[in-house]
Amino acid sequence: MTATEILFWFLSALALFSALMMVVSKNPVHSVLWLIVVFFAISGHYILLNAQFLAIVNLIVYAGAIMVLFLFVIMLMNLSTSTEPQRNSLVKFAGVIAGCLLLTVMVSAVRSANEITNSQATMNEGGIGLIENLGKVLFNEFLLPFEISSILLLSAMVGAVLLATKEPTKPTA
Amino acid sequence: METLTTTIQAVPLNHYILLSAIIFSIGVIGVLIRRNAIVIFMSVELMLNAVNLLLTAFSVYRGDASGQVFVFFIMALAAAEVAVGLAIIVMIYRNTNSIDINVLNRLKW
Repeated sequence: MTATEILFWFLSALALFSALMMVVSKNPVHSVLWLIVVFFAISGHYILLNAQFLAIVNLIVYAGAIMVLFLFVIMLMNLSTSTEPQRNSLVKFAGVIAGCLLLTVMVSAVRSANEITNSQATMNEGGIGLIENLGKVLFNEFLLPFEISSILLLSAMVGAVLLATKEPTKPTA
Repeated sequence: METLTTTIQAVPLNHYILLSAIIFSIGVIGVLIRRNAIVIFMSVELMLNAVNLLLTAFSVYRGDASGQVFVFFIMALAAAEVAVGLAIIVMIYRNTNSIDINVLNRLKW
């Protein structure tokens, strides 16, 4: 068992355990913290796959920005102590069964595609995940989608400001 | 660097597919069994991350950088989605004083 395999199994177990804890923990703040652990584990997977740019971006964007936004919203709403009303156990059971059925369908689909996935595709160049190579691909082949995504971010910003501001008649609280 | 890229083939691609499928299913279960709107939203983020991991694994194993560029776009999309979604949740909380999704069943019709 090589060091890579040991790291892979450790990061996978960490990601799965944290994802489960994120779903089942009652306190929303604990859910956010477990989700941050999942993101760190997935960043470790990216480093293991030699996709270093994505690992850093995943940490900065997800664990850094998005999760802080979640934490701010939860703490502004003062939800951290409130006990959320639970779904009844029948609905929970049905949800778990539905999720397991989805997993079964996906796993069986993968098993029927065995000859594709089992063929160990050799990694041509080791450096495809490095920022130099990704930047070249991003600004040559994918220049138009890159520019369009700036419009997407602008419209999202305008929409968020429009939705979250209070009506101007009310005094600022 | 070279040693890392050669030893990585010790992990078959199937393992990454299974891991991503399990994480995605946990996200689906989270959406189905929780009633807190913020936790449901976080489960959606978990599903997005499972897909990102799978795209990266395929991209690395096929030696094609397009998959990783696609992951980059998904991350930009997720940032926009979180901004708008959290604004909507704040708006719902301001109007109903709760983020229980069962309060929102008047949206049905």
